[in-house]
Amino acid sequence: MQHLKLLANDNRGLNELENGTGLMGWHEVTQGSILPSFEGDATHIAHLKSEERSYSNFNSYTATVASWRVLKPVYNRDICIDCQNCWVWCPDSSILSRDKQMLGIDYDHCKGCSVCVEVCPTNPKSLIMFSEQTPLEDALGQWPEKKKKEDK
Amino acid sequence: MAATSIKNLKEFSTSNDRFEGAHTLCPGCAHSMIVRELMNCTDDNLVIATNTGCLEVSTAVYPFTSWDTSWIHIGFENAATAASGAEAMYKARKRKGSLKDNDASVKFVAFGGDGSTYDIGFQWLSGAVERGHDFTYICLDNENYANTGGQRSSATPIGATTTTAQAGSHSYGKKEKKKDMIAIMAAHGAPYVAQLAPNKWKSMAKGFQKALETEGPCFINTVSACCTEWKFDPKDTIGITDLATDSLIFPIYEIIDGHELNILYRPKNVIKVEDYLAAQGRYKHLFKPEYKHVIEQIQKDVDKQWEMLQRREEARI
Repeated sequence: MQHLKLLANDNRGLNELENGTGLMGWHEVTQGSILPSFEGDATHIAHLKSEERSYSNFNSYTATVASWRVLKPVYNRDICIDCQNCWVWCPDSSILSRDKQMLGIDYDHCKGCSVCVEVCPTNPKSLIMFSEQTPLEDALGQWPEKKKKEDK
Repeated sequence: MAATSIKNLKEFSTSNDRFEGAHTLCPGCAHSMIVRELMNCTDDNLVIATNTGCLEVSTAVYPFTSWDTSWIHIGFENAATAASGAEAMYKARKRKGSLKDNDASVKFVAFGGDGSTYDIGFQWLSGAVERGHDFTYICLDNENYANTGGQRSSATPIGATTTTAQAGSHSYGKKEKKKDMIAIMAAHGAPYVAQLAPNKWKSMAKGFQKALETEGPCFINTVSACCTEWKFDPKDTIGITDLATDSLIFPIYEIIDGHELNILYRPKNVIKVEDYLAAQGRYKHLFKPEYKHVIEQIQKDVDKQWEMLQRREEARI
């Protein structure tokens, strides 16, 4: 999980979507507004990884929906085969993959839908949902054994 | 220009996300899977217009935006109009040489839900396609007005219960069949029209790339399973989409230049539509004995449509 620190942006997790500071009422909002997603030039943004970009405070990348979660996915590096199924189907861009390797989960943006657990093909699964309060070490300690094929 | 080779998922995963998290779509919503895939399958600069709908209200919650590209929210009917206007201006300025970067590759995309595509924005979409603008329109088809509480749209299939076509003792839900939007758009003579599904990520990414590269108006209908209104567990989004494509409720195919039809996915084991219907709460009432005939009707329609698609693929007309 040390990798995740590398990927963190200084602004990460500052803003809570529902109860954040600086939200205004409907009558205070001007009609029509332009929100720049980045500070400065963003022409070649498609070629930059998220840790290389300079996100503005308007970008929802700086916000968090972590409070939506009841269950959280826990990732087990030892079993993962880097198939990237979870990456392609994650609806919240919360699977961190670099250089064809799965690094972990972005807990600021994960809503805990457990789509990643469902599409994980390994046996036992390398992603399992645990209660939000379970520490990661405890979750990894409780990992189930490999399931044997049922006799037909 | 294709961003990354999409030979396999590992290579595809090296593309950089341009659709950020912390949008407020429901957990497990397929909308964001589809939008992410579109933005990951290309390196081009994108100009995106989005109709009012789930996608728009959830990705631009003031003061936040989840889009790392040029993006505009416009009225319920106008995504096609906004995209075509931007495209026309881009062409004119390119001709005059007044763009900041005249060599940059820019693609124009419009997103709409099924409500804004099949009903409210239909006339505007039709006009934009008829005028032949170079843009891609992607319909995120979740078969109802999910943003406003699940009212029926003309994309809602027969037998589904919605808040304005409710099932009860006198009704089995919506009585009308779903509009065949793909055939309508193909009849416009659009150079590329397709129906794609997020569970078949490869055919979807290839279809998106083809649409972006094709000059002229392209239309793609994507199946977007809605856990809130279809009433299933959010974790099953991909599973439900699998059932939809394997039962041929949503066949995956493309139509090139309005006539050349290719089927992009043939299920090895075609399952009964009953299995697809049983997995969702919105069809629960159909399993009462008095409404069994609706399921039979749906199965017949699906078989007929599949037969038609296969014949059209063979005939190449």
